[in-house]
Amino acid sequence: MKDSAEALLRVVELKTWYPIRKGLLRRTVGHVQAATDISFEIAPGRTLALVGESGCGKSTVGRSVLGLESPQQGEVVFEGKNLLELGDDALHAARQRIQIIFQDPGASLDPRMRIRDQIAEGMESFGIGANQRERTERVASILERVQLDPQTMDRYPHEFSGGQRQRICIARALAVEPRLIVCDESVSALDVSIQAQILNLLRELQDDFGLSYLFITHDLSVVRYLAYEVAVMYLGEIVELGPTERIFEAPAHPYTKVLLAAIPSVDPACRGGAPPVLGDVPSPSDPPSGCHFHTRCGAVMDRCRKQAPPMRPVDGGGASRCFLPEGEA
Amino acid sequence: MSTLLTVRDLRTAFPSTDGPLPVVDGVSFDLSRGEVLALVGESGSGKSMTALSILRLVPKPGRVVAGEVKLAGEDLLLRSVSEMRRVRGHRIAMIFQEPMTCLNPVVRVGQQVVEAIRLHEDITTADARARTRELFAEVGIPDPDARLDAFPHQLSGGLKQRVIIAMALSTRPEILIADEPTTALDVTVQAQILSLLRELQQRRDTAILLITHDLGIVNELADRIAVMYAGRLVEVAAREALLSSPLHPYTQGLLRSIPALATRGEPLPEIEGVVPPPDQWPKGCRFSTRCTLRFEPCADRFPQEIHPSPGRRVWCHEVERSAGAGVEEGRS
Repeated sequence: MKDSAEALLRVVELKTWYPIRKGLLRRTVGHVQAATDISFEIAPGRTLALVGESGCGKSTVGRSVLGLESPQQGEVVFEGKNLLELGDDALHAARQRIQIIFQDPGASLDPRMRIRDQIAEGMESFGIGANQRERTERVASILERVQLDPQTMDRYPHEFSGGQRQRICIARALAVEPRLIVCDESVSALDVSIQAQILNLLRELQDDFGLSYLFITHDLSVVRYLAYEVAVMYLGEIVELGPTERIFEAPAHPYTKVLLAAIPSVDPACRGGAPPVLGDVPSPSDPPSGCHFHTRCGAVMDRCRKQAPPMRPVDGGGASRCFLPEGEA
Repeated sequence: MSTLLTVRDLRTAFPSTDGPLPVVDGVSFDLSRGEVLALVGESGSGKSMTALSILRLVPKPGRVVAGEVKLAGEDLLLRSVSEMRRVRGHRIAMIFQEPMTCLNPVVRVGQQVVEAIRLHEDITTADARARTRELFAEVGIPDPDARLDAFPHQLSGGLKQRVIIAMALSTRPEILIADEPTTALDVTVQAQILSLLRELQQRRDTAILLITHDLGIVNELADRIAVMYAGRLVEVAAREALLSSPLHPYTQGLLRSIPALATRGEPLPEIEGVVPPPDQWPKGCRFSTRCTLRFEPCADRFPQEIHPSPGRRVWCHEVERSAGAGVEEGRS
């Protein structure tokens, strides 16, 4: 871990569980263990990718960072302040600096609002721009920055393509001068050629404005291009964390290896690669005992079924939640 | 390999106030017995509409306006509605992207497969059930006896897709059309389903028409690849040839823009612009509005089909120009 003083965002032992309520009295009969013991840091101008399959809790972590969930435990320290302890006013102020871009730009834009108003709405709320005219000018310059024609600001979302709508969502996030943007599967719904455009744009914006990204995705191939660090989640826990190159070149955790091997390659010489992992992801409301991955792990030992492995440091940076020393898994 | 399905100059259109809007605009290809042909393209390329046109399932008010779809010599476009019903599911089966929307939520999954079998074959319920059990085992459903009586919501996404595959294969179809069969699944489950499809295809010698946007999946499964763009084919070639040396600028751009192949620190090579909607398709080459190699004839004249090597078809003025006199007549 880096010196925490320089981190823009520091998440410490975060736990967000959702109660399962049943019966007339809505008694809590169990918990969906969406996120447990989540710790990571993001430095200014850097990208951390949070990777995992559906139901692993990656979006819950993203929502917790934005203060949209009420975690049972842990800290979300942004610019030195723990967001979970802030009052409503202070939280509102902090949210100007953390924005989010979702997967489906069609659903996250208001179909009945002109795009200029949607982009200006956040600016008004945070008091950016003295008057309507200044805000309009700013909308125009931001639209230009995301490579959209400022002349189109009076149009409605349905008049744009999927890729253009995602640019509008990016413009809306940028309008309030954030320092951190949570990208929740922001390029997953886009075609490859459009996906490349948006990924390039996100990187340019990072260089220009010194933005940090928490990039949430199930698609490991996108991660390598954008992220400095990767955290792999499985059933509510981070199972491996480390610098992107190390994760791709020398993955330590058996699950990370499976995830990497499962990406279909476009190299015609490389086909039918690794044997796929068995079975499906178990339910997060009743995760397996010991190591959560033991039911699907090829290197499972007796100990894994009983005891939960701790995060252990890995050569080359980062850590892995596995009993096996690296190289043996 | 003998040709099983022949598609010639297929055209499918939707009516609009400005006349019919084409979505599939002159597509021709062959599918051989036991072959896996991938139809690749981005959204709006017409790949799914091509598949639906073959089965005559184009949603109204769209319709197939011209062309031939011959299954073992017989034109499906000339068959009656009831004859077509015998073809669907029996000789050509289709699996879709969303396994959850293809199953009836209130009927046990075993029963749904039994119904599918009995619709096409004169067989007792007990025999159909025994066959379903075998099929469940064949597609790798653990504990098939218990799963016969499960409802769809009790199964995971991967298991539901296995049930759908069992149902599709239950009548031993000659052709399986798989439209984005793994897009809704997680990567680890996707890898399982892909290896299952490959295994089944080899064991049963079923021809597969695979519809997808993902070139990685294509590489895993396909023998041959046909790339579509804005309603037309732009390039058809064997898997190795197309992926290792793409000829059409669009195929090249698609392959280059895959982030996995990029190096960090350098911008991803992107294809400028967006796929034009059908009412804005250029008169000439459909890709001409985004192509960096565009020259004088591209915008006005549609490129003719050229065959740079046996079995390879490309539609591109630039490839034609640089290949010089390598133009042959006829189709591969």
